[in-house]
Amino acid sequence: MEFIYYFGDVFTPMSFLLLLGGTIGGLILGATPGLSPTMAVALLIPFTFQLEAAQGLILLGAAYTSTVAGGAVSAILLKIPGAPANIATTLDGHTMAQKGEGARALQLSFLASAVGGIFGVLLLIFLTPVLAQWALAFGPSHLFWLAILGVTVIGTLDSASVVKGLLSGCIGLWLATIGFDDIMGAQRFIFHPALGGGINIIAALIGLFAIPQVLTMFAKGRHNSGAEVIEVQRHSILAAFRELFSRTRALSIGTLTGSIIGLIPGVGGQIAGLVAYDQTKKFSSEKDKFGTGHSEGVIAAESANNAMVGPSLVPLLTLSIPGSPTAAVLLGGLLIHGIFPGSDLFDNHPDVAWTFINSMLIGQVLMCIFGLYVAGLAARVAQVPQSVMAAIVLALSVFGAYSVQGSMGDVYVMACLGIGMFFLERLGFSAAPLVLGLILGPIAEANFIQGGMIADATVGKASYFMTGGLNLFLIAVVLASIAYSVWMELRSRCYTTKEEAQA
Amino acid sequence: MNRSQHVFGSGLVFAVGLWVAWVSYTQQPAEAFLFPRLIATVFVVLAGWTFGKAVMGLSKVGNGVTRTMFVNLLPGLIITLIHVFWAAKTLGFYTATTIAFFTLLSIYDPAPHSEVKTWIKRGIITAVFVAVMYGLFAMLLNVYTPREILF
Repeated sequence: MEFIYYFGDVFTPMSFLLLLGGTIGGLILGATPGLSPTMAVALLIPFTFQLEAAQGLILLGAAYTSTVAGGAVSAILLKIPGAPANIATTLDGHTMAQKGEGARALQLSFLASAVGGIFGVLLLIFLTPVLAQWALAFGPSHLFWLAILGVTVIGTLDSASVVKGLLSGCIGLWLATIGFDDIMGAQRFIFHPALGGGINIIAALIGLFAIPQVLTMFAKGRHNSGAEVIEVQRHSILAAFRELFSRTRALSIGTLTGSIIGLIPGVGGQIAGLVAYDQTKKFSSEKDKFGTGHSEGVIAAESANNAMVGPSLVPLLTLSIPGSPTAAVLLGGLLIHGIFPGSDLFDNHPDVAWTFINSMLIGQVLMCIFGLYVAGLAARVAQVPQSVMAAIVLALSVFGAYSVQGSMGDVYVMACLGIGMFFLERLGFSAAPLVLGLILGPIAEANFIQGGMIADATVGKASYFMTGGLNLFLIAVVLASIAYSVWMELRSRCYTTKEEAQA
Repeated sequence: MNRSQHVFGSGLVFAVGLWVAWVSYTQQPAEAFLFPRLIATVFVVLAGWTFGKAVMGLSKVGNGVTRTMFVNLLPGLIITLIHVFWAAKTLGFYTATTIAFFTLLSIYDPAPHSEVKTWIKRGIITAVFVAVMYGLFAMLLNVYTPREILF
């Protein structure tokens, strides 16, 4: 119950102001189609440089939580999911809005998000210290395999092609080795002076997540979304409360599904929302109402995509292995403040860790309260032409990358990685495993070298890295994630072939 | 079109993989390149596999860039490149941002170009945005950006 001692830190004027600003800003950004939560958090990192570590994380955590929930606004009122996590919300939410029940759909969506989100953060609070204690037993070989596991799982589960996902991870691992070697001081792959200090993670994150979206918006041309905001009529919040708790089956299926999926590295909010929607439909006595504006669909999808936010941070805070691209960006935010998450985070920086986690709990409540008020404004912002959004994001990316170290080299790296990633994405590669490779590369290498030294003095490299219960378990999980993804890819190809044959 | 894009893209990745492997296995001290060697080996195998599939026309994932997309993208890409690699450093960050922002708005804004009102609106949006950026970065975060010829 250590977290209770740090609750007061969330309510200092500056921290609370940042929490409030992050929540409201996140709700508006989340409602804007094309701006993903990961990109929003990446663009916010430069604004945390001058803040204390805990305050910076409060801002990033609030933005992460509320962008996921804010995406429901455009999903319901515009039929455009603000983020992939809100796809399932569109199915019933927009139909409700068309029937004149937009306010009811929004209220249920924010209330369900808050319930799911609070449950997810409580899971984070109670699971993290236990796993952190367990992680103390990890040696260099285990940490090496964990880092490889992080890249592999995201590479295989987050990509449409297993080989291209793993290849993206490899490119990220290679990019992480550019610069001077820590142990020998040797130059590695420095083919341009801008790379002398290696690739700056923050500049890379901004480039890899923001620039491809800017270019995607450009590629649509002089495009107008054409989406009309549906006017919302007043609806009693008490009635929405009553309805939410009368739909306990949808709420609990959504919350539990989201929490479990959040714990699995690489499986994002999009999957959580869709699986929860599907499961709720299966168990519902009103199956035929799904897709026609049924409130259970909105409740299940929104409780699930917010319930996964807390658990998705468990591997990051205990093992320093980010379980999702957004967690990887948060890791970048921690590293710039000199905080390295892992088993000893709660011993060395309990104030930072607990204040951050507590702020996410309070943030869920604020998100629910302000979500209802900001929804109308957020929907209007979502109508801003994509040309304006693209120009804004481009300028923020350039200024953000420059402000990391005051170096034009970082801006060049950001632009090159971003433009390259846009074209690679069009060819089926994915940014998430590349980012994970870039972030986990130094962890993998440091433990590989350290483990190698121990191995040379003891049992030899092969025995050290390939034997022992935990090593074998981690290797098995790496192989299983690859095998599962290959099987899924082959299966989906079979279905495509059959469909093509029938056509 | 799509196949040639896959061949070109994966060929480029394969070439980078081969270069990484060559550097990793030939540069000294060897101890500094142990981990890169491990990565390079997997990198080359996966990139070779991807390239081979692309050459045989078996790449299923990724739609490439269509002609329409490329035509739409090109002006924005050129402005981005000029802004990042030349204007920001030569003209100064705020001047370069003002020009790039206004040009991008003018090219991609779906509002009609023939109306004076549209141009005034674009000018006001640009001015407000650059003022906000100045307030955020120069005044709030104290980031000293290159000012060079102009501002």
